[in-house]
Formats: sequence, C-alpha cells, structure tokens
Amino acid sequence: MLEIKNLHARIAEDETEILRGVNLTVNPGEVHAIMGPNGSGKSTLSYVLAGKDDYEITEGEVLFNGENMLDMDPDERAAAGMFLAFQYPIEIPGVATMEFLKTAMNAQRKARGEDALSIPDFMKRVKAAANHLNVSMDMLKRPLNVGFSGGEKKRAEILQMSLLEPKLCVLDETDSGLDIDALRIVSQGVNTLRSPERAMVVITHYQRLLDHIVPDVVHVLSKGRIVKTGDKDLALELEKNGYADYVDAAA
Amino acid sequence: MNASVPIKHTQAESDLFDRFESAREALAGSVAVSALREAAVDQLRDRGLPHRRVEEYKYSDLRAFMKAAALLATAADLSRVQAILEDQDLFGGLERYRIVIANGSYLPTLSDVDALATEGVTVTNLNDALSGEHGAQLLAPPKSGQNDGVVALNTAFVQGGVIVDVAEGAAVSKPVELVQVAASSGAQATRIKVRAGAGASLHLLETFIGDTAEGEVNSVFDYDIADKAHLAATRLIVGNCDSARLLTTIATIGAEAEFRSLGFMAGPKFARNQQFINFVGENSEAKIYGVTMVGRDDLADQTLIVDHAVPHCNSREFFKTVLDGRAKGVYQGRINVAQHAQKSDGEMMTQALLLSEEAEMANKPELEIFADDVICAHGATSGQIDEDLLFYLRARGIPEAEAKTLLVLAFLSEAIEEYGEDDVTEGLEARVRDWLASH
Repeated sequence: MLEIKNLHARIAEDETEILRGVNLTVNPGEVHAIMGPNGSGKSTLSYVLAGKDDYEITEGEVLFNGENMLDMDPDERAAAGMFLAFQYPIEIPGVATMEFLKTAMNAQRKARGEDALSIPDFMKRVKAAANHLNVSMDMLKRPLNVGFSGGEKKRAEILQMSLLEPKLCVLDETDSGLDIDALRIVSQGVNTLRSPERAMVVITHYQRLLDHIVPDVVHVLSKGRIVKTGDKDLALELEKNGYADYVDAAA
Repeated sequence: MNASVPIKHTQAESDLFDRFESAREALAGSVAVSALREAAVDQLRDRGLPHRRVEEYKYSDLRAFMKAAALLATAADLSRVQAILEDQDLFGGLERYRIVIANGSYLPTLSDVDALATEGVTVTNLNDALSGEHGAQLLAPPKSGQNDGVVALNTAFVQGGVIVDVAEGAAVSKPVELVQVAASSGAQATRIKVRAGAGASLHLLETFIGDTAEGEVNSVFDYDIADKAHLAATRLIVGNCDSARLLTTIATIGAEAEFRSLGFMAGPKFARNQQFINFVGENSEAKIYGVTMVGRDDLADQTLIVDHAVPHCNSREFFKTVLDGRAKGVYQGRINVAQHAQKSDGEMMTQALLLSEEAEMANKPELEIFADDVICAHGATSGQIDEDLLFYLRARGIPEAEAKTLLVLAFLSEAIEEYGEDDVTEGLEARVRDWLASH
C-alpha cells in the first residue's frame, strides 16, 4: 500500500535536512509503529506524507497504491485515502465542526466521482461515530477544535478518521496530551478501524500507546533514518533501555 | 475665514453644475429646500468634490475617481422595475415587506403600503414633505459631519425618497426591504428618513439593484430612534458597477434604545459607507458592523463617527474586510466621548484579510475621549490566510479554492453572526460565496 524509498527531505525555508533516506513498506492490514527520540524526523515524515509544503523532497519516492504520491496535492492524497491525525489539531474559528465534516466528506466523494451524501445519511454516520468515540453533539456544534480540550481534539481527529474511511491512517503522536481514559477511548476508536484493507502508521514516543494499539511491526527512526525494525517486543525493549543505543548507531 | 481662491473644476464638477442647471426646475422642495440645494452646490463650487486633502477622504479620493458625472436618471419604466425586482432578489425566499424606489423616486404602487399600515408603519413620499413647511428639516446634515461633501452632493440633487414612520410600540413582524432600483442609467440621489417611535422595533433591509451603468448613487439614511426603540439596518451594496456608490447613515439614538447596523459591501468600483451616529439619550446601545469584500483595483471605504454625547451608552464597532487583487480597503472609525459622557463603553475592532500581495488596507481606528470614567478600546489587524489552517483543511480532502472559501467565510461570518439578524445570515453568506466565485 505504502512504499517509501530512500526518502530525503529538508525544511524548505532553511534547507535543514531532516529525513536522510527513509525506506518503509506498509502492506494492507498492517499496523506499523514508528518510534524515535525527539528530533528524529517522525513528525516531518507524517507531514511529508500528507503533503505539507514546508518541506522539500530532495531524493527518493513515495508510492501509494502504486501511484507517485509526491506529485499529488494534499487534498488529492486525502481523496486517494491518506489520512493524517495531527499531533496538534488546528483550531479553526468560524468553521462549524459539522459543516467542516460535511464539506470534507463530500469533497472526497466528489473527487472519487461519488454522489454527495444526503443530509440524513450524513447525520446518521456522524451520530454513530460520535457516539462510539464519546463525542457530544454539543461539541460538534462548536467551531472546529476551538475551545476543545487536548483529549477532545484527539477524539475529534479519530472521529474524522472514522468518517472519512481512509485506506492509510498516519497517527502523529495521537497519545500526547491524553489521560488514561482518553487514551483508551482513542485507542478503541483506532482499533475499530483496523481491517485487512486498511493500513496504519502509528508515530509515538512512548510504548504506552502500543499497549492499546498493538503493532505488527515496530521501527526506530533516528536522525532521519530507520535504524532498527522488529516486532512489538522492540517497543518494550525501547521502553526499558531508551533510545541511546540507536542514537549512537545512527551517528 | 479665508477668502477662498476659486478652484479649477474637474470635468465631473462641471458636469455636476450642468446637471444642477438642467434639473433645478424639476427638483422638489419649498423655497427653504431650494436654498439648501443652492448652498450645497455653492459648497461644491468652492471646495470641489471631496478629495485626499480633506482628512475624512484622505484614502478615498472621490474627486480623482469621478471622471465625469451623468445626468440624473429620469422616471423609471414600471414594467422594467418589476422585471428587475423579480430577477435580482437579494434575499430569495425571505418573508418581508417592500418599499420600492426606482431611479430616485418612490413608487407606492409597487410598495406594500397597506400591509405596512396594518403593522403601524406609514410611508410618505419625501417629495411631498420637502415641499411642506418643515421640508428643510428633512435635509439637516449630520451633527458630526456638517460640511460633508457626499451629504452636500445628496442635498443638492436629492430626487426623492420616503419617510418611514413606525408608530409608538409597533413591533414590525417582518423585515422591511427598502429597495432602490436603477431601471436605466443616470445618477440617483435619494434621502430616506426613518422615525422609529418610542418602543417600536424594525429591521430594515437596504438594497440597491438594477442596471448599474453610468451615474453615481448617493443615498442618505437618516434614522431617528426614539426612547426604547430598536432599529436594525442591514445594508447591501453589492454587484459590479463602475460608478460610485455613496451611502450615508445619520442615526440619532434616544434613551434606552438600540441601534444595530451591518454595512455589507462587495463589488462596486468605488464604494463608501459612512455613518454618523449620535447618542442623545442615556443607557442606549449601538452595534455597528461592517463586512467588506473588495477586489480588482476597486476601493471600498467604511467610515464612521460614533458620538457618545451623553453618559451610560455602549457602542460596539466590528469591521471585517477581505481584499484581493490590487484593491484598496479603508476603515476610518472614531469614537468621540464628550466630557460629561461618563460610563461610556466603546469597543472598536477592525480586521483585514489580504488575499493578495498587492492589496492595500488603511485601518484607522480612533478614540477621542474627554470624559475620565469610561471603558474604550480599539484595535486593528491585517493578515493573510493562515497556511496551517489551509493545510489542515486540504489534508482532509478539501480542495484549495474551497478551503479558502471556508476560511474567508469564517472570517467574515464572525461579524455577520455577532450582528445577529438570523433571518438574513444565510442570504449574506450566499453573497460572500458569490463574490468569492466571481470577483
């Protein structure tokens, strides 16, 4: 589903190189965790996948279901099935959450040549998903993410993810800022979306999240490269020993 | 004061003098009214059209903009007016009463005179009143703009209009649209007097539709808001037109009364919406909103002076401007607080969103305070679309143009929603989308 080959990327503004040859293949149905110390390039990788133009690709390629994803605009990637759950979901004053959800769902449907959702159908889907994630209808009436707590913002991200039904979900530190209860709700939301047709890339600092969302593969990213790949036990080992070994290995 | 040196008149000014000569006989009014018209033309002759060296017009040089002046529009063809009313309905399905003015003259036959009468609203032809004993009072200039050039231009040429009297305590159940139709080319000058009786409430929609060819439109709305009365005025200055749109509000607010207004502009080449607002009774409130969209190399100007002449009044001024192309936006807002107007509360904010590198915004909020126990604040911001917001929307599959529309709408809606006349919100947001799609 996702093939990243020798990906090099730098910050467009000051040309600081962040990704230095990332290779990663994710197959349908798999959940990959990417762990790594601060500054290793985890968030950059997620932004590059989503198409943020603060970064320049200097080498390598990213194929999404065989298509060159780097040529696509962010909205085209989303319509093709890419979803990034933001580490810091953006507050958008003046845009009602419901209106935003409807616009996003219908924009993607339109891009795929599907009909727009009827209002009752849309409402039904939103209510079901919101109920599942313990998101109140009151929250959905408010402007997008404005005045939401950290936990509410993350739940709203997962709500969007479940409504947009992406093929590839990239979760950027979805556990940051969550208390234990919120972590459980968010993880359950994510686990419900696991399916043989859908792949997930879970980016996190801590092993804690991976107790709830159990990965098939764990990678360690350090200094812009994947320096170690293993199964879920690798996460436990990291939790015990820290990243020191890998930071040195990458140097 | 000084012996004035005769100025060299522009083509437009010469045209205006010719216009006056040719229209003089036909223009309505008593001897006193005619004298006011003459005086206004004399002012124009002495000072010319308002220009950039007049402080209030520093950013909106009408003299430079007006290359010529058309004659006044002649009587409108009724069937043409009806066709335009059907074609260009700015509020779609909204239930409302209508008062129709076409080519500067009141058309009672197309207005809901009888229905309005049952609601306690009386509509009088301005021209009848101008010829009467108190005609000249109807053309009184604003207190804080005695010599305003645009008002003088109106006084000189006012062709017609209406006086709308709302009976004491009458709460008019539907909005009243005062629609001014241009049924042929030519300039239009109208004057609207609204007297909201004590405890009355009314929502006015002020619209301008029709053929927008040559000739400036100059309309003065003069509101007398009696004690405990509520008046909301939604003014729409929309549609592409190459000639100037010059609108003036004069509001005189009694005690425990409320005045709310929204000036919504999108499309004209040169538009100025100026408001002179006066508190004359205590414990009253004025909430003044502006929503402006301006593109190409057009100019849109929102100017206002709010006079807190008495104590214990609140005013809120909240203006939003979106600019594109090489457009120029102007906001000049001043809150005056007189020395004895203690406990005044004024809060003014103007925000601009620039969609292009070449657009320009002049934001000029001012406070002039002589009292010592007041709460007054003002602020101004100018910015671009936030790239992070745009990326977030695009990352959810919303194409760039649609994402920008959402963000611009969100930016402007803040003022529309705070204005709070829910029955027009949808119509106004549709006009924002129109502008974004077509400017």
